[in-house]
Amino acid sequence: MATAVGAIAHTEEHSGLWSWLTTVDHKKIGALYGITGFCFFLLAGLEAVMIRTQLAVPNGTVLDADVYNQFFTMHALTMIFLAIMPMGASFFNYFIPLQIGARDVAFPRLNALSYWIFLSGAIILTSSFLFGGAPNGGWFGYTPLTDRQFSTGTGLNFYVVGLLILGTSSLMASLNFAVTIINLRAPGMTMMRLPVYMWMTLVVSFLLILSLPVLTVGLIQLLFDRMFGTNFFIPEQGGDPILWQHLFWIFGHPEVYVLILPSMGIVSEVLPVMSKKPLFGYSAIVFAGAAIGVLGFAVWSHHMFTTGLGPVPQTFFSASTMAIGVPTGIKIFNWLGTMYGGNIRFTTATYFSVGFIALFTIGGISGVMHASPPIDGQHQDSYFVVAHIHYVLFGGAIMGIFSGIFYWFPKMTGRFLDETLGKICFWIMFVAMNVTFFPMHFLGLAGMPRRIYTYDAGLGWDTWNFVATIGAYGIAVGVLVFIVNFFLTMRKPMTATDNPGTAPRLSGPRPRRRRSMTSMSSRRCTTATRSGTCVTTGWRFRRSRSTCTCTCRRPRTTRSSWRWGRRCSVSARSRTSRLPGSALS
Amino acid sequence: MAVAGHEMEHHTTTGIDHRKLLMWIFLASECLFFGALISTYLIFRNDSIVGPYPDEILNIPVTSTSTFVLLMSSLTMVLAVYGAQHGRVVMMRTMLLATIVLGIAFLGFQTYEFRSFGAEGLVPSTNQFGATFFVLTGFHGTHVGVGILYLTSLLLASFRRTGLGRERALHVDIAGLYWHFVDIVWIVIFTIIYLMPQH
Repeated sequence: MATAVGAIAHTEEHSGLWSWLTTVDHKKIGALYGITGFCFFLLAGLEAVMIRTQLAVPNGTVLDADVYNQFFTMHALTMIFLAIMPMGASFFNYFIPLQIGARDVAFPRLNALSYWIFLSGAIILTSSFLFGGAPNGGWFGYTPLTDRQFSTGTGLNFYVVGLLILGTSSLMASLNFAVTIINLRAPGMTMMRLPVYMWMTLVVSFLLILSLPVLTVGLIQLLFDRMFGTNFFIPEQGGDPILWQHLFWIFGHPEVYVLILPSMGIVSEVLPVMSKKPLFGYSAIVFAGAAIGVLGFAVWSHHMFTTGLGPVPQTFFSASTMAIGVPTGIKIFNWLGTMYGGNIRFTTATYFSVGFIALFTIGGISGVMHASPPIDGQHQDSYFVVAHIHYVLFGGAIMGIFSGIFYWFPKMTGRFLDETLGKICFWIMFVAMNVTFFPMHFLGLAGMPRRIYTYDAGLGWDTWNFVATIGAYGIAVGVLVFIVNFFLTMRKPMTATDNPGTAPRLSGPRPRRRRSMTSMSSRRCTTATRSGTCVTTGWRFRRSRSTCTCTCRRPRTTRSSWRWGRRCSVSARSRTSRLPGSALS
Repeated sequence: MAVAGHEMEHHTTTGIDHRKLLMWIFLASECLFFGALISTYLIFRNDSIVGPYPDEILNIPVTSTSTFVLLMSSLTMVLAVYGAQHGRVVMMRTMLLATIVLGIAFLGFQTYEFRSFGAEGLVPSTNQFGATFFVLTGFHGTHVGVGILYLTSLLLASFRRTGLGRERALHVDIAGLYWHFVDIVWIVIFTIIYLMPQH
């Protein structure tokens, strides 16, 4: 952590502790989010390992029932809200200004406030272990189990208050990101030239902006039920527990896309560079992302098929759930099309991206299976669903984040992570991930319910549970290899350049380091600088060299860029390969 | 160069100021917030097991008056924005003060209503009407209260030596967006709770 401080602090004069507490710099805040998120990733992983240890053999005695309930609830809450979302926010913070050519995000102080509110919410939620027990009602906290009748401890209060605080932080961060991407693009950076990663960020921001208030209302009602004696979710008094499920999943399903879309964006950045080809079907992948965002709000009740919605809602939500598989499939074929015929460089980032596609496809297919209410009824609350969610979130979101870490680490710290250790890390995690979660499909079909803290021998679940536990230890080893890699790398000198070996090298003078970024996940290779956008008009591939060269011939200008007067005339004259911003920096 | 740097500070891609765009997107989020609260009210509208029921307890004349007060505050808000935009600082201050006073009056009506309901035995835990009514109108009242603090901060800031600065009109305009939104939400709430017939 201390070493990471030194590397990123080049953007500001001071790098002491005080500057980290008071910083409003997007790169530093990005680093804070990343490091905090990774620490919580380790904590949630530790909880997962404890869960798997308990389930390794029948009638396990490692955890008792109550602690087990706390652990699986906190594992989910920590992974979702304190690990994957902040690690996504870390990349958002770092790369939004770079990829759109802005100085910083639109509201730097709001950005810092978002982080510190996030941290306090995270501490409050996690500290529940010390104050009478953590939440134990599952991450979606179904009522009436979590209402005052059946949950008398304080754990669920931490759940409600913690999520309200974290929701406030996410809302502020999302508003900030959305305004930044809409309003702070460099001249020439039109919406249809935005790197795909920026598009995914924009969709994620709007998903959160529009779904978080619904969760807030649900949490407020649960809080009133628990604290002030109302009866929103208590059926004897005229309340309705199903209402909680609706309110939660109107948030909860868009939230799933909040977790996966950033990784989809990362893969869209990595694969073109590593295949030395522009992204296949840019507009298709952008519209597919937007379609996922819109349809994501119309599928929530597929979590509730077994509650007896009636035939018409079931038909609607079944159809919409199948429909949302289409844009997801479009993206997968776009990534395959990007790699097809490319001169692929097998870096660790490539490995993780390809791993993402494979594992996410498995999770996606088992997801579409549950679009069918009869099948969903069989799988509901079984380990099959656990397998599905982990293929999507571990095989999808986490693999994508690791791809992004290996791809962008040189840009963020100036140092290249070790490729050999990286590939070892990938193979251990990839194999162990499948060893852990694939048997859960079998367990689910064999009737093992999720969230049971132990089981008797002779039910046919012993073997696969043991295998899954071995796999969980394997994942832990893989993560340890990554941590070793991180600390070894941070001791090495900073050798990375502006687009360090990952993006195509632009011929001609480069703009100042860390102020611009080249992305190939657009129709053209796009470089945003603070004063303009360079869009390539031609591609040259050199298979013999490790980078491809794209020549920036004529920066295109749009109407808005004419307001820039002097700079625009510079860029309009430069028919050579000079970047418009290079003269200024 | 200094001029170019100055332009750079204020340049936005869409031409809309960041803060104004933020407020618009935030209000979109608020729509979902009140949408969920109002939906809950409608879902539980006829689910009260014990009284008092809404048609027994709602005092429509009083609340119509408070609705009128809140609507008038939108008028004074518009005039405050007009004053800010046209450099008529005294008008802006007067109208901001009027908006604040009308907002406080609305909250006074709401306090009176809550207290009289309490006296007649309706509290949040009484029945579904009590729970949904108090949570919905209570959060609306909270929004009015936040708006009053917001406008008060603008009013006090306008008495500084530099006033509200060069972006005076923008600051008041953004506050106006929020205030009008809270007003519009009340019109929906008033229609649904007080004017729609029960059963």
